[in-house]
Amino acid sequence: MSEAITSRSTDQEAALKVQNLTVAYQSNPVVRGVDFSIPKGRLAAMVGPNGAGKSTVLKACLELLPRLSGDVRIHGDLFRKQRRRVAYVPQRESVDWDFPVSVLDVVAMGAYGRLGWFRRVNRSVKAAAAEALERVGMSAYADRQISQLSGGQQQRTFLARALVQEADLFFLDEPFAAVDVATEQAVMELLRDLRARGATCLVVHHDLATVPQYFDWVVLLNEQVLANGPTESVFTADKVSQTYGGKLVFSRKFFGSDGSDV
Amino acid sequence: MIWYAIDSWIVVTGIFAAVACALLGNFLLLQRMSLMGDAISHAVLPGLAIAYLLTHARASVVMFAGAAVAGLLTALLTDTISRLGKVDRGASMGIVFTTFFALGLLLIVQAADHVDLDPGCVLYGAIELTPLDVAWQVDLGGFLWEVPRAVLVLGGTLCLNIGFVIIFFKELRLVAFDPELARTQGLPVAALHRGLMALVAVTAVAAFEAVGSILVIAMLIVPPAGAFLLVRRLPAMILVSVLLAAFSAVLGHAGALVVPGWLGFTSTSTSGMMAVAAGFLFLLALLFSPSNGLLANWLHNREGNR
Repeated sequence: MSEAITSRSTDQEAALKVQNLTVAYQSNPVVRGVDFSIPKGRLAAMVGPNGAGKSTVLKACLELLPRLSGDVRIHGDLFRKQRRRVAYVPQRESVDWDFPVSVLDVVAMGAYGRLGWFRRVNRSVKAAAAEALERVGMSAYADRQISQLSGGQQQRTFLARALVQEADLFFLDEPFAAVDVATEQAVMELLRDLRARGATCLVVHHDLATVPQYFDWVVLLNEQVLANGPTESVFTADKVSQTYGGKLVFSRKFFGSDGSDV
Repeated sequence: MIWYAIDSWIVVTGIFAAVACALLGNFLLLQRMSLMGDAISHAVLPGLAIAYLLTHARASVVMFAGAAVAGLLTALLTDTISRLGKVDRGASMGIVFTTFFALGLLLIVQAADHVDLDPGCVLYGAIELTPLDVAWQVDLGGFLWEVPRAVLVLGGTLCLNIGFVIIFFKELRLVAFDPELARTQGLPVAALHRGLMALVAVTAVAAFEAVGSILVIAMLIVPPAGAFLLVRRLPAMILVSVLLAAFSAVLGHAGALVVPGWLGFTSTSTSGMMAVAAGFLFLLALLFSPSNGLLANWLHNREGNR
């Protein structure tokens, strides 16, 4: 049962539309025939077990990984034509936090695409970076070197950098991994604020317990898409169980009353 | 210690070579590919030899082109072999540069009858002799300036590197810190990387004959590593690495004049001494850096344990 729950009317409005995406590492397919779309203004979670290919799908959408096949449309166009509208928040471990830069320097990097070649980081970029740091509650840390940050502060710094990109589609890879409760709350508040402003977010998420509370759209992935649609119709006990290969036993409290026995 | 005009030229040559290398070395260090500088500075040898055999001129444009091509090939083959051969980058780098270096040596030995390119020279250079090869004479009010060719070549290379780092500073820093963000923003990451590798190759060649590969490798790695311990911002790190490199050259030459006398010898390798001086300065940074130094850490821990 691998239906993709998308109506034609939402297709027109899709902020992200992925069709028949296949990505392979050294000729072993990691994800196969991935189809899903996310309507504008949704807070979407991508959920699936370890090794399901969640980060791979994200990176393939951003043309960071070569695809064997498939088509990715961002607001109806290719990523390379829409890159200014897209911000990517990678996993924290993807960079070296001993790098000799300040927090403000890192946040300002979000504006480099807009600045283009040969133009230095100017006052308006610095002001935008300072404002973004304010929004994530990190103003006091602007001049710190990044190696002095905690995990949660690193995550907030990355989020501030994404805000500076002035995007309306956000890809976030496990923003809640190993962060403190205060950061998790701050990140969620920010994502809801972005949604309120009409932005769309796709978040790789691990904590099944918080999915219904945090997200209004869910993509279930395990090498292929098992379901894709509004949380209340997709995030059900049997579909999630199927995504995790039926090995996990879930507590009923995660799911709505329509969740079947597990 | 007696200081002649020739000593000044040796020091200037050393400073130019050291600073040119250290500038680029910062970006190699931060991308955790310092040894790529090592690999490239060895692997340019066949490019150098072939260009030399074709043109019979040293430090010609063809020679720099040959070196740049060999350097780029090293970077490219290293990536390809580590991907296709499923070996780690270090090993694949080793495969490529030892093969290239050996090939270069064979070419030089084969051509030894015809050319005066000395394999020994490749390792430790001949900085002591560079002032003899005068490229340019300037008469400054009765005082004759005899500018050595090595100073002109290395000065040009230094300007090239300074220009590259200043013009592309923003992009180089972004690519070094977060290449994925750079790619999503549409930056040609691979092209920038190749540009850096080509400059490392050109710098290695320019510095080769004068100071040898030991000093090239030392200056690509050691001053940036010392600067990394001392400061916390990239512009400051680059500046400090440049100062450390220049000071190593001065200290190295002075050491080469003085130290052998203490031990009863008459002369030593100036480049070798410059590289040792760089190592000595790094050791000082490691011990006494106010933020990361071993002494500061020790004092800090002692405070904490009280």
